[in-house]
Amino acid sequence: MSSIEKDGVNRLVVLPFAKSVEISFKSIRVRFFRSLITTITLVLAVSFLSFVNVGTDIADGLLATGDINLRQALIRAGYDLEAQDTAVGSSPKQRWIIILSLLVCAVGIINAQLMAVTERFREIGTMKCLGALDRFVLRLFVLEAAMQGLAGASIGAVAGGFFSLVNALLSFGTVAVAALSWSDVALSVLYATLVGILLSLAGVLYPAIVAAKMQPVEAMRVEQ
Amino acid sequence: MSNTHNIVRVSDVTKKFQLGKVAVEALKGINLEIAAGNYISIMGPSGSGKSTLFNMIGGLDKPTSGKVFIDEVDIAQLDAYELAWLRCRKIGYIFQTFNLIQVMTALENVTLPMTFAGMGNDAAVKKGIQLLDLVGLGDRFRHKPSELSGGQQQRVAVARALANDPSIILADEPTGNLDLSTGEEIIALLKELSRERSVTVISATHDFKMLNVSDQVVWIRDGRVDKIEDRDELSISLGKIGTKE
Ligand SMILES: Nc1ncnc2c1ncn2[C@@H]1O[C@H](COP(=O)(O)OP(=O)(O)OP(=O)(O)O)[C@@H](O)[C@H]1O
Ligand SMILES: [Mg+2]
Repeated sequence: MSSIEKDGVNRLVVLPFAKSVEISFKSIRVRFFRSLITTITLVLAVSFLSFVNVGTDIADGLLATGDINLRQALIRAGYDLEAQDTAVGSSPKQRWIIILSLLVCAVGIINAQLMAVTERFREIGTMKCLGALDRFVLRLFVLEAAMQGLAGASIGAVAGGFFSLVNALLSFGTVAVAALSWSDVALSVLYATLVGILLSLAGVLYPAIVAAKMQPVEAMRVEQ
Repeated sequence: MSNTHNIVRVSDVTKKFQLGKVAVEALKGINLEIAAGNYISIMGPSGSGKSTLFNMIGGLDKPTSGKVFIDEVDIAQLDAYELAWLRCRKIGYIFQTFNLIQVMTALENVTLPMTFAGMGNDAAVKKGIQLLDLVGLGDRFRHKPSELSGGQQQRVAVARALANDPSIILADEPTGNLDLSTGEEIIALLKELSRERSVTVISATHDFKMLNVSDQVVWIRDGRVDKIEDRDELSISLGKIGTKE
């Protein structure tokens, strides 16, 4: 029988990255509704961000046509345009609303993730008894959040952009789409997606660190 | 394997829990030497400190004072990596509440420790199926714990405990949540494993069915070792228990 000390070289426990991804993915699938609740807040916040930013892109496109009627239509639609303005830009009020919505979303995600992690204390304790390191647990939670973030944020960003386009078509007609710079739209959607993923990761970090640091006994004592 | 080899040694271990202003002394100085390959039962009334001792031996909790040696290595000296390695490779745990990972299938539960130990996926699946076969669940490997009975879940837990061929199996009331006959089956399974694979089985219990199969019984009372009896001495106290109940 080999003693612990003699085996120095083989004393590593591992969790290959592909296996972590597999476990996290299955974990999301099995807890679909729990994951959905965490993700929906994100979808809403990200789609709002995307809606506003794509709206700005559309307005910029309209403005760039130089058509005075379109300029009037934009002002009637609520954009504050000075005579010399060539881009719409977002108003401070709009920026505040976006920041607030993202903050509310972050708090919602932290809340949902804290509950999700608490529900899984026993699972975490068990994994640690089987030899999991703190960082395995951390990695599993971060991966789950990243996948949820990617899915939720891309759905939200695309949906927000889409509604923004529909909205513009209804208010300004087809010229809104004709005058539009599609690369700007793609950038706005991408930006909203990235913000969403970051939010999701930021939201899971604190709960995941708490979970990862737990001693196996503490984690398993929790009644469930 | 010589009988003089001590796989577990517990030296003057105490454990205090601080509950607000009150300190509960769950272990009041335990000394214990466990020879490799034996089947040990830790017996004692509820609250006597069995689970606390179980956690100390398994490296799941730290003693307030005293030392626990596994294979003559003081586990308090191990860093986080070595401790994880110990839990992964040296010790297999079995709990009263089974503690299977609910979102994983029986097979995934059994292969997880092998993954941690660095085994490749195919090898792990193959060995996992073998182990599930061994505990009589060869055909249920795709099932989730919630689709299995208590006894079946505990069998999966036994298979999982064997995943990395540990030298010690620690079981905390493995039959506590099972009915009489299912409990007996699990005990028989553990006994068979200890005999055939010369695994050291240490089981905390207040199930007297365990006594028949134990090589040694450690009686714990109020955080202290009351007495240690070898197999041949046992029949006497068994007789006493028989008349008491
Ligand atoms: N985390 C804890 N905090 C405070 N006190 C604890 C804790 N764990 C155990 N104790 C106390 O330590 C003593 C021993 O508990 P332990 O769980 O080891 O008993 P046991 O012998 O396993 O009992 P049972 O047979 O009921 O499982 C008890 O008085 C218990 O209240
Ligand atoms: Mg107990």
